[in-house]
Amino acid sequence: METVPVESGLLLAGVLFMLGLISVLIRRNIIFMLISVEIMLNAAGLAFIVAGSRWAQADGQVMFIFILTMAAAEVSVGLALILQIYHQLKTLDGDMASKMKG
Amino acid sequence: MKELLWLIPAWPLAGALILILGGHRMSRTLATLVGAGSVGLSALITLLIGFAFLSAPEPFDQHLWTWMAIGNFQPSFAFHLDALSMIFLFVITFVGFLIHIYSSEFMAGDEGFARFFAYLNLFVCSMLILVLADNLLLLYLGWEGVGLCSYLLIGFWYQEEKNGYAARKAFIVTRVGDTAMAIGLFILFQTFGTLHIQSLLQQAPQAWSVGDQTALLVGFLLLGGAVGKSAQLPLQTWLPDAMAGPSPVSALIHAATMVTAGVYLIARTHVIFELAPQAQLAVGIVGAVTLLLAGFSALTQNDLKRVLAYSTISQIGYMFLALGVGAWSAAIFHFMIHAFFKALLFLGAGAIILVLHHEHDMFKMGGLRHKLPVIYGTFLIGAASLAAIPLVTGGFYSKDQILWLAWAGERGNVLLYLAALFGAFITSVYTFRMVFVTFFGAEHSHVSHPVGKAMLTPLVVLAVLSTLAGFLELPHTLGHVTIFSDFLSPVLPAVNVRPDAESMELLFQVIAAVVALSGVGLAYYLYVLKPDLPSKIKEEIPGLHHLWFVGWGFDALYDTLLVRPFVYIAKVNKHDVLDKFYTGLVTVAEFFHRALAYTQSGMMRWYVMGIVIGAILMLTIGLIL
Repeated sequence: METVPVESGLLLAGVLFMLGLISVLIRRNIIFMLISVEIMLNAAGLAFIVAGSRWAQADGQVMFIFILTMAAAEVSVGLALILQIYHQLKTLDGDMASKMKG
Repeated sequence: MKELLWLIPAWPLAGALILILGGHRMSRTLATLVGAGSVGLSALITLLIGFAFLSAPEPFDQHLWTWMAIGNFQPSFAFHLDALSMIFLFVITFVGFLIHIYSSEFMAGDEGFARFFAYLNLFVCSMLILVLADNLLLLYLGWEGVGLCSYLLIGFWYQEEKNGYAARKAFIVTRVGDTAMAIGLFILFQTFGTLHIQSLLQQAPQAWSVGDQTALLVGFLLLGGAVGKSAQLPLQTWLPDAMAGPSPVSALIHAATMVTAGVYLIARTHVIFELAPQAQLAVGIVGAVTLLLAGFSALTQNDLKRVLAYSTISQIGYMFLALGVGAWSAAIFHFMIHAFFKALLFLGAGAIILVLHHEHDMFKMGGLRHKLPVIYGTFLIGAASLAAIPLVTGGFYSKDQILWLAWAGERGNVLLYLAALFGAFITSVYTFRMVFVTFFGAEHSHVSHPVGKAMLTPLVVLAVLSTLAGFLELPHTLGHVTIFSDFLSPVLPAVNVRPDAESMELLFQVIAAVVALSGVGLAYYLYVLKPDLPSKIKEEIPGLHHLWFVGWGFDALYDTLLVRPFVYIAKVNKHDVLDKFYTGLVTVAEFFHRALAYTQSGMMRWYVMGIVIGAILMLTIGLIL
């Protein structure tokens, strides 16, 4: 079976992670920021999978299942927060939720 | 009868408390009654106890209560009555009572009438505690108490700034001496484990041999305390300025009683000084130098009260000289006579100043002997006593004894004698300069109102006392009366006269008499016969005259050596150099606080950016290292 070279896999994971990170930084819509965080999590998961297949270890996949579980929990909490923010501020602009500073 | 002893200080204390708490609501008559009456009652009880003491002259101890009990340190509130404290009691209560009566008229127009009597009563109470204390700690309480009252009364007219400064000066300068004395007391307690005076005096000769180092140290430290309180060299500068207080205060505190507390202290602890001959010699030298320096300064003063102030310093110098040659009872005798005549002179001067609209300069007085005959008469008697006019004055007998023992006593010394003799000459010159300038010559001032009986009576009584009291102790050559020294002999040992000197006593008396009279003669020549001459002499020696006028420049010296450097350091260190370090820490912390608080913007994307930059930095550092 033809295996994907480890370099390509890690490169893909890195590119995905950077894309996610950049869109967290530049997006103001909280829902898009949440989606971008999911992308970053999945990029990290992908890196684990690639590393696991490179050394033929099950640890990579175990870690991916952990990340998946955590991402599910995070999304449920995040969506609840987003609902509350929208309820309070009538907007989805993340920069507007800066009242608790100082 | 002697059980009533505790009442003597208790009456003035009660008087002071009543006047402090309710004085502002009292009428003047009532305040006088409380103020003078309380001291009058003390004087009465002193008289009763005095009679009881004369019939049974053994010392009497009265334990009131234990002050505090810390381990074996258990000073008590206890009084010790012996011949020495009896004499001081007598002088304090009687002279104090006369001065209270005088003050009732002198202060009649003053707003702080009740306050004045409250302070005066508190002073009398403290002074009585000082002389009655049976341990040195209680004595120190009285010692500080009189210092406080002195401060309060010098600054009595506090609206004038210079009076406040004079009060502070007196307080601070005497504090220097008090600190030395306190250290002396610590050493005594460390050595003997007690401050009870009688046990100290018994234990000291067993613990120390003559010339012991510790005895010497204690002697010098006690001398330091005495020098501060009694305005002797080098701490004499406060007394001339203390004349800012009302005249009765100068009479009571700065002439008759408080300033002689140093004499009392040294006489009380004379055993220690006998064990430390160098310290005792220092007492004599301090006395001799002080009496000369103060005498020269008194010659040049224009302010009537300042002449008397320098004269007081000089006369206490005589007492120190007597203590220094071991003539203990002569010192106490001179203290008593001095208390009478110097109180008289101060009260007389106060009366003159009052009726001349607070004119202090005696060269603006003149010719007062017709206008104020009673004051003239009594002032002349006081001045004669101060100048030691032979045979008829008390001052002659007390001062002659000191002069004689300064030469003929076992520890006598020809230099001390010559200093004392020359001092006697100066004394009679400045005394009669004062009399001639004030009472003779042309009139320069107008007398505003006659002086009342309440002020004249104390003058007459003091004039009688200052003359008659001298006859309590007459020398061998003249009647040989020794009532006073016999009375004191259980407390203070008599001085032994050198055998080879005994026969010459008459000669020395004649010398002393001639010196005193020639001083009067010189004053008469300079200030009555040739009134222009003194100013010519003054122009001949302007530098020396100025030096004497400012009291040998001690004020300027201390100003340069101590006050200015202190003020400079205080100015430099106004913001506390050490504190700079701690304020620096605060500044740095505040800077970081502000910088970090700025990053907490509430913008989540900035936080993410921060995390990213942090992660990149960490990774970079991790890669480089």
